Amino acid sequence: MSVETITSSEYIKHHLQNLTYGQIDGHWGFAHTAEQAANMGFWAINVDSMFWSLVTGLVFYFVFRFAGKKATTGTPSGFQNFIEMVIEFIDFSVRDSFKHKNKLVAPMALTIFAWIFLMNAMDLIAVDWLPQLAALSVETLGGDPHAAFFKVVPSTDPNITFGMAISIFILIIYYSIKHKGLGGFFAEILFHPFGKWGLPANLLLEGVALISKPISLALRLFGNMYAGEIIFILIAIMYGVGIGFGVFGGLLQIGWALFHILIITLQAFIFMTLTIVYMDMAHDNEH
Amino acid sequence: MNINATLIGQSIAFFIFIYMVKQYVWPPLIAAMEERQKRIESGLLAAERGLSEQAEAEQRANELISQSKDQAAEIIANAAKQASTMVEEAKDVAIQTANKVKAQATAELEQDKVRVRHELQEQVSTLVMRGVNAVLAKEVDVNTHKDMLSKLSQTL
Repeated sequence: MSVETITSSEYIKHHLQNLTYGQIDGHWGFAHTAEQAANMGFWAINVDSMFWSLVTGLVFYFVFRFAGKKATTGTPSGFQNFIEMVIEFIDFSVRDSFKHKNKLVAPMALTIFAWIFLMNAMDLIAVDWLPQLAALSVETLGGDPHAAFFKVVPSTDPNITFGMAISIFILIIYYSIKHKGLGGFFAEILFHPFGKWGLPANLLLEGVALISKPISLALRLFGNMYAGEIIFILIAIMYGVGIGFGVFGGLLQIGWALFHILIITLQAFIFMTLTIVYMDMAHDNEH
Repeated sequence: MNINATLIGQSIAFFIFIYMVKQYVWPPLIAAMEERQKRIESGLLAAERGLSEQAEAEQRANELISQSKDQAAEIIANAAKQASTMVEEAKDVAIQTANKVKAQATAELEQDKVRVRHELQEQVSTLVMRGVNAVLAKEVDVNTHKDMLSKLSQTL
């Protein structure tokens, strides 16, 4: 099986390929190669991303639900204390940036922060463990281990980051229209900042500003996590070179993982904060 | 890295999670935290009130103590004054009584003196009379010298 027998480039490609389920030549199944996955078109699904996304989401939901059920007004235990610390942090962030009344924003901020944090944190599990486990399981079940693609960090899949960013974009438009009216929303795009005679320029500026919100949200998270993942993969290649490189790679991996803890938290925080700010702008009725 | 229906799946999952968190996670946690915050606030207030009450009570106690001290001093002073007046009075009474007793004694003494003198006078006169009588019996006629004799006895 696998790593020793394939080249570095194959190894990297293998690690960057999602396990995709879709239509191949008219029948449904898993893609065995990157080309097959690409040929499936839009109506296919990245099973690994979706699976880990849901797993981390459910872990987040049940941990917090458990804390919510057990929440007492007395002296909190260590676990409850931790959860309350997170809640307080989110609540503070929302109060700080969001000046309007909307009961959805704080829970949404919590969901975004905790979920993205957990999805990003999958990056800290050594890059080969879960894919090798998957390959092993596929082999035992009689499948082709080389086709057992398995990406464990959902936030390195642009589908996941764009999925969230587009959802937020929909909410931004929904609340904009709700609070400014349909006319107000379009007036903001068409007659601002140059008045009605500068309409084309306004449309260009405001349109780009509007569209850039979800795109920057999604690409920032995706880019950071994808780059981090690639560095982990490159470090992992060193293990195959020799014992000296292996030890050096080990040290590098520890260093990068420690640094990456900062990145995964920071990216989750940025995504959350920008969402709060965008929601605040959507509620603003100033213009 | 293809854009496919995972995007839609993630969007749906995202909305469902937001809804569930909004419905079942956020409210109980934030409610518990706010409730505790209120309790801590009232607890701190009560503690502060207790402290100020204690300080007040201490002050009151101190006032009471100093008041009692003043009163006690006053009482002692009064008692001392009273005692000294009583002693003075007693002294006066004693002196008066002594004077009275002395006066009485003096008066009695005077009376006794007068009485004794009187008795003595009488006895002497009797003795003189007796002597005179004895002398005169021989040389003086009682009858003739009766007037002189009675005059004499009267002077004696």
